[in-house]
Amino acid sequence: MDLNLQELNQTEFPVPAELENNIAITSLSQLYNWGRRNSMWPMLFGLACCAIEMIATAASRFDFSRFGFEVMRATPRQADLMIVSGTVTKKMVVPIVRLYNQMPEPKYVLAMGACASGGGPFKEGYNVVSGMDKYLPVDVYVPGCPPTPQALLYGMIALQRKIDGQSIANGDDVPWYGVSSAEPTPVPVLGPDIIDPRQMDMIRRQAEAAAGDISSLGIRDLPAATQMVAARVAADATAVADATPVSEDALSFVLPSGGAPWAEAEDIREKRRLRALARKALRASRRATVAEEE
Amino acid sequence: MYGTGLAKGLLLTLRHFVDSYVDDIRYGFRKYHHSTDNFAVRQGTKTKGVITVQYPDEKVAVPERFRFVPFLIVEDEDHPTRSGKDWCTSCGICAKVCPPQCIWIVRGNDPNTGRPVPEPEAFFIDIDICMNCGFCAEYCPFDAIKMDHDYELASYDRTTHHIHDKERLSKPNSYWRGIAPTRAYEEMLARGTWEHKDAAKEARRGASGARASAPQPAPQAEVAAPAAASEAAPPAEASAPPAPAAEGATPWSEDDAKREERRRKALERKARRAAKRGQ
Amino acid sequence: MDQPTLAPEKQLDATTVDEAIAYLRAEYADAVTLDDREGYGGVIVQSNRLVDVARAIRDDLGFDYLSSATAVDYLGAGDHLEMVYHAYRTSGGGSLVFKAQTDREQAEIPSLVPIWRGADFQEREAWDLMGIRFRGHPNLKRILMWEGFHGHPLRKDWREAYYEEDQKPFDNRWPGGQVYRVEERNVFGKNVTYPPDIDLGRLMDSSETAVYQSLGLGVDVERIMDKDGFETNELVVNMGPHHPSTHGVFRMVLTVDGETVTSLEPVMGYLHRNHEKIGERNTYLHNIPFTDRLDYISSMGNNHGYVLAVEQLMSLGRKYNPPTYRCEALRVMMVELSRIVNHLWAIGFWLNDIGAFFTPVLYFVQERERILDFFEAVAGSRMMCNYMRFGGLFGDLPERLKSVSNLTNDRVRDYNTMQFLTEMINERIPRTIDELERLLTQNEILLERSVGVGVLTREDAINYSAAGPLLRGSGVAYDIRRADPYSIYPELDFDIAVEDEGDMYARYRVRVAELRESVRILKQILPRLEATEGESIWADGKPGAYAPRVPHGEAYGRVENGKGELGYYVVSAGGRGGSANPWRYHVRAPSFINLTPMGIMSRGHKVADVVGILGSIDIVLGETDR
Repeated sequence: MDLNLQELNQTEFPVPAELENNIAITSLSQLYNWGRRNSMWPMLFGLACCAIEMIATAASRFDFSRFGFEVMRATPRQADLMIVSGTVTKKMVVPIVRLYNQMPEPKYVLAMGACASGGGPFKEGYNVVSGMDKYLPVDVYVPGCPPTPQALLYGMIALQRKIDGQSIANGDDVPWYGVSSAEPTPVPVLGPDIIDPRQMDMIRRQAEAAAGDISSLGIRDLPAATQMVAARVAADATAVADATPVSEDALSFVLPSGGAPWAEAEDIREKRRLRALARKALRASRRATVAEEE
Repeated sequence: MYGTGLAKGLLLTLRHFVDSYVDDIRYGFRKYHHSTDNFAVRQGTKTKGVITVQYPDEKVAVPERFRFVPFLIVEDEDHPTRSGKDWCTSCGICAKVCPPQCIWIVRGNDPNTGRPVPEPEAFFIDIDICMNCGFCAEYCPFDAIKMDHDYELASYDRTTHHIHDKERLSKPNSYWRGIAPTRAYEEMLARGTWEHKDAAKEARRGASGARASAPQPAPQAEVAAPAAASEAAPPAEASAPPAPAAEGATPWSEDDAKREERRRKALERKARRAAKRGQ
Repeated sequence: MDQPTLAPEKQLDATTVDEAIAYLRAEYADAVTLDDREGYGGVIVQSNRLVDVARAIRDDLGFDYLSSATAVDYLGAGDHLEMVYHAYRTSGGGSLVFKAQTDREQAEIPSLVPIWRGADFQEREAWDLMGIRFRGHPNLKRILMWEGFHGHPLRKDWREAYYEEDQKPFDNRWPGGQVYRVEERNVFGKNVTYPPDIDLGRLMDSSETAVYQSLGLGVDVERIMDKDGFETNELVVNMGPHHPSTHGVFRMVLTVDGETVTSLEPVMGYLHRNHEKIGERNTYLHNIPFTDRLDYISSMGNNHGYVLAVEQLMSLGRKYNPPTYRCEALRVMMVELSRIVNHLWAIGFWLNDIGAFFTPVLYFVQERERILDFFEAVAGSRMMCNYMRFGGLFGDLPERLKSVSNLTNDRVRDYNTMQFLTEMINERIPRTIDELERLLTQNEILLERSVGVGVLTREDAINYSAAGPLLRGSGVAYDIRRADPYSIYPELDFDIAVEDEGDMYARYRVRVAELRESVRILKQILPRLEATEGESIWADGKPGAYAPRVPHGEAYGRVENGKGELGYYVVSAGGRGGSANPWRYHVRAPSFINLTPMGIMSRGHKVADVVGILGSIDIVLGETDR
């Protein structure tokens, strides 16, 4: 049968039921991913201390070219991977988001070190963003302060494994394989403090509510630790059962802690396949109900 | 002559290029072979050739003092009396010395008496804040928290994986002795026993039970010990037992009088603490 | 610059600091008073006479080098803001500390930029973070935060979004430490807090134009952006903060006439991670690993400066023992090794900037890895060594640099420490320096690119408070290890590397010479280590306390780090028993202050040279922005 590749990459291309998990698509995904993972060019872009370890990783002793992270490109237009290597400050997050928007898809973000992951030791500082993922979707987090070159390499391999797991068949894994084209991330604005345009309404509401009383600006109840841990356990347990369409964040893999991220790669893929199937079933049933109503 | 400087430099690069093949020839085709012990030579001070570490296939093992994120020591499964017991007494010193304040400890309470027990009920480390400085391990008076050597921690999701709870943090004592044998040995010398300080104390007390004049029940004393340690300078206590071998043998070390003085002071401190406990 | 007004200038130049203070008190009896607070030194100058007194200090007394200028907020202890200046003589000797106080509400102090251009950025920083206006400053704009940020964050009553408590350790960590992520407590889920009078209508677009408009000096954006009078011969070129040659997140805005740079304005703060604010929350001990992250290429030097400053304060107390000889020897060894690392890195990346793309860097990084291996085995981490403690060190040298297999495929190494060191110092590092010289020193391309480019004259270097190789490349033989000696440097035999030309090549030569001098020092350290084998590394014979209390007072500890003079100004406001947290913790960062003359060095050169000039200054952003 004819397979129009162009069409395959279109959004909202419904994979026919008889093609689901068909050998053609599977191997096509593999081919895609193989090409992609082995030519992952990082952006030549260092923020802080971790950048030095990143350079050490690029240098002859650890040499990430061995994995196809061949050259670092200074322009975002030629880069596939943004290694956020260091503390992200409020002042710097503006250019970073702009750079990310300029990178062509498919694009990945690797948060290197504690600072880029979650603010790190400087988290409490007034000019520090508590984690790159507050603004951009992050694919892999590499803990450490700073991660040694080998830890970074491990994270990069983890990213490759993640790419391996992406599939054309499950059209909504990543924007560039499926459903929707990615919208550019709104660039934050430097006002009296940094302003995420996505939160504009919220800031307005809060400002109105506060109306002169700064202390009331912003304390809310938080989940206590026990709840957090419970939430984690629950998340593990319900990962498979969760069949409702979920946000992009929630789609990230839920792993049992401690193991290598890809150790259960097969398992995860299976889970995701199940979830995708569930989603599909849900969609189909919705379509059916709509049809019935009509 | 114009250009000699350039030529010299180019010759040097050429030499580097040639050097990069010397190892290949020297080790035949067995350069990366697992059984050869040439790794230390290739990564040492003498090497000239390619120094690339073929990462996932050969990793540079980290030195004993290496520090990555912390972990907690628990007693081995096969420990005769304290199997699976925490070394941590939840004295809170690690939480206090932690520069970015990434350690959270919930001290346990005895359900019957309501008194604190020397065991943490919960222990959290946010590794997104941790700066791997090693202060917690350095200042822990019970050698209960150590810096891990496992740097392969990358994950796809930080919301659920980057706050390490007690279960995730706990590793058996034998693991620590495995990754840092020399340091574990030095700590043993400083402690005077392979066992946990409290366990050793209890054992001693058990042995000399008849002579033990302290009238109060044992558990209470155990509670008091960490509390006192957190008030007084704990490192002093850590160094009170006889120092490891070499010291004192060399002419540069402090004279005996000074050491004697220190010992006397430590004894005094101990007596005072005991008196406090008695009150 | 005015001419000296007094005749017996020569004699005054030679006075001691005490005599200089006496002179000032006699000459300016109405304006100068002794600072007699406990543990403090120097003089307090009436702020309306500050410029006159400063001129006298520079011209009459010969304190021609302004090392540090910083502000302290004495909220609750006098309720005033205070500028603290440390002036030195480039001929060597101690510091003349003078201070000027001002009200917190209407904070204003006359600018010292007319006397010392080196005060430029430091005064801007004081305005940015403390909110002191400097009367007469040519370009008083925020420097680390952006224009429009609310408040002056280093003031004691300014609280950040994630404020928990005034001082660490925080009470909620133990014993009832239920974990939470602090952003969960913020309604926006982010590290933000907005002033109540936030005007959202005016925010939508202007961040970037505001940056350009705030650039000041020489950049007439209005004129250049004026479409009608569009002139092609002058352009504004923005470089950074994302630019491969800026060594991090540094930004320069240049105006160019054709290809020739007519003015240059450094824009920084993209890595401003609030060291000083965090440092004032921290205990003294907490700050040590934070100093690692200042100049992250040479963390050992950062540690050293900080422990020296705190040890100075501690020595004011009754119970204080100086570090042992072995401890000092180990410190010097570590610092010199990290100086080698720093200079190799600096030269490598400077070559990157002027076109020798990556070959030299790769060679030098290989050597750096050896030294980092050593740091890792001794201090525990490759870069963030966190090795020094007050009155001691983290640990003595291990007998063997030994690794243990833990992960699959781990390959172990096991070297004798002293043998490893001896081989490194006697063979490997000197060989690397020889190679470096053979590769570069006579290289014609390098000569053409660097000779006569980026010249900084001797007078400017001093006046702009340049430090390190930048200062010594301009013919000023000023090295703190000799000029104001610390540790065991006085008994070590080494020369100050100095070159007169003041151009990029001179700075390169200074760095190479310093590499050789470092090796020379290391060779002298080795026998000292062997002789002190077994001696304790702790001043008191035992590890220091985890929460040392530091007596009331101020201290300025400075070291010659790879990049120049690294100073720590630490104020302890402790009561009777001393304090556990510093009241003020300021870092005099060489990378930051060395950028002050960047503009005059670049003027008249091509854009491609600007990149090289920046590389030859050798900045590291962690320290520039702090």
